[in-house]
Amino acid sequence: MRRLFAVVVGFATAFAFAFLLLPVVAIFARVPVGHLFSQLGDRVTRDALLVSLKTSAIAHACVLFLGTPAAYLLGRRRFRGRAAVLTLVELPLVLPPAVAGIGLLAAFGRFGLLGGQLNALGIRIGFTQAAVVLAVAFVESPFYLRGAIAAFESLDDDVLAAARTLGAGPWKVFLRIALPLAAGGLGAASALALARGLGEFGATIIFAGSLQGVTQTLPLAVYAQFDQNFDVALAISALFVLVGAGILIGLKVAGWIRFGSISPLRPAASTSS
Amino acid sequence: MDSLRLDLTVATRSFDVELSLDVGRETVALVGPSGAGKTTVLRAVAGLVQPARGRVACGDDVWFNGQVDLRPEQRSVGYVFQEYALFPHLTVSKNVTFGGGNADGLLDRLGIAHLANERPHALSGGERQRVALARALARKPRVLLLDEPMAALDPHTRAEVRAELHDLLRELALPTLIVTHDFEDAAALANRVGVIADGRLRQLGTPAELLGAPADAVVAGFAGANVLAGDAKQAAGALTEIRLDDGETTILTADTMQGRVSLVIYPWDVSLSRATPEDSTLNHLHEEIVSVVRVGNRARVRLRTLTAEVTSASADRLDLRPGERVVASFKATATRLVPRA
Repeated sequence: MRRLFAVVVGFATAFAFAFLLLPVVAIFARVPVGHLFSQLGDRVTRDALLVSLKTSAIAHACVLFLGTPAAYLLGRRRFRGRAAVLTLVELPLVLPPAVAGIGLLAAFGRFGLLGGQLNALGIRIGFTQAAVVLAVAFVESPFYLRGAIAAFESLDDDVLAAARTLGAGPWKVFLRIALPLAAGGLGAASALALARGLGEFGATIIFAGSLQGVTQTLPLAVYAQFDQNFDVALAISALFVLVGAGILIGLKVAGWIRFGSISPLRPAASTSS
Repeated sequence: MDSLRLDLTVATRSFDVELSLDVGRETVALVGPSGAGKTTVLRAVAGLVQPARGRVACGDDVWFNGQVDLRPEQRSVGYVFQEYALFPHLTVSKNVTFGGGNADGLLDRLGIAHLANERPHALSGGERQRVALARALARKPRVLLLDEPMAALDPHTRAEVRAELHDLLRELALPTLIVTHDFEDAAALANRVGVIADGRLRQLGTPAELLGAPADAVVAGFAGANVLAGDAKQAAGALTEIRLDDGETTILTADTMQGRVSLVIYPWDVSLSRATPEDSTLNHLHEEIVSVVRVGNRARVRLRTLTAEVTSASADRLDLRPGERVVASFKATATRLVPRA
């Protein structure tokens, strides 16, 4: 029976591994790698790459800039309704991205909730690069917040308290203690959110459209190209695989370095008397 | 002259901690079982938890009194946390100077100058404790708070660190509050010891006062005594007879009290022998040895009803082993009666 169990478990693992890896391998196997990367010079690809880099960079900067203090508050403070807030923050994770796009349209679109106010200010968001930024930020921020809240939550209460007894005000505690100690977790969350943002498709196509050179990001270009020039679609896909793999490997290596050198000083915070 | 004056009620999850205490230029230890609310008191003094009511003042400055509630960074406390809570990403010297001040003298004074550029994870327990002390002292605090400063140390370094800490505290002459669950640590470090149980200060006094006249069974138990429950009744010759709750053992004491009592007898007042000794000792218990634990040149011998502490030499001479029967003898004058806890 032990033997049988080992066989079943081994087979399931091998099957799952092959199933997950096969499509990835197929992207590189269809055409020679050299040809693949020459397709990246294509006009459509270059435009999409620029749009993706620009919108992702802006969206990601906003997510980090606003998300980090928010995660600090949610991770360190206990208040009434905190559990509800944490749940709502994670809601976009389980929404289909297309629903997120509809939601953004309903909120910021011309006839949306804030449409009137935005119109009065002469601001049009739908189907502009600003819409891409909003869509990307909306979809990636829960990934960042989740990881960042967990990183701040796991900080040792006494270490932060020690800083306060040493005369540090809230800014100094945040900048000199909390931020550096949570840096590993924040970096990991940031990388995952960035990867998710780069791959954003559903919300963007509904809220921003797919206008080459304006709102057409790399994933949208893949979709636009796959029935026109499949090789271009393959090339962009290959790029995504490499970037994704790079982020994952980077996270692993960063994890090893972190736990190798600055090992956390103490186990779980003890709560005595 | 600065003194720390507390008159506090702090709510914890399960009960309120109430404490009224003046700490001059001396060390006061709060001892008690874990969960008794000792750490909560330190946190309230530091401003890390808000008392339900009361007053915290240092010298002429009010830190808390219902209207005033200074933030931790506005108070002047040196706090040594239970597991030291050093900043793991900063070197020893950056840890010590985090709040300002100069580290050099302190690192020298505490014998850790050679570790200035190390990070906390590279240090031993004793070294971390010194860094935590140096960090707490670097801002020249007006009050020093130490939470279980010995608990994270192995027994080997404990005695040495205890002696050094004793000298340092005498030299600093700051109002100092130490929290510990170990009466020996408290007695070694503090001028006065307060026993806290269930959020109440049961007794406050010098270690000798607590040993000599424990207020109740909890205090006696913490001071290391055997505390035996029983019923007291008047016996012949100004003695009181205690029938213990096991129903078999009767003990004579020179103390007087009636009814339900706790009898207090210190392990070092109990002597052991193979045969009943021919002397004036009134109490002889014939008992089986449960365990023998040697600590340095002393041996703690646990019997069925009480524990005796004898020299290792006499433990060797008597060849004490678990399972064997011995006679435990103690004088009626070596026992005390306290109200039942």
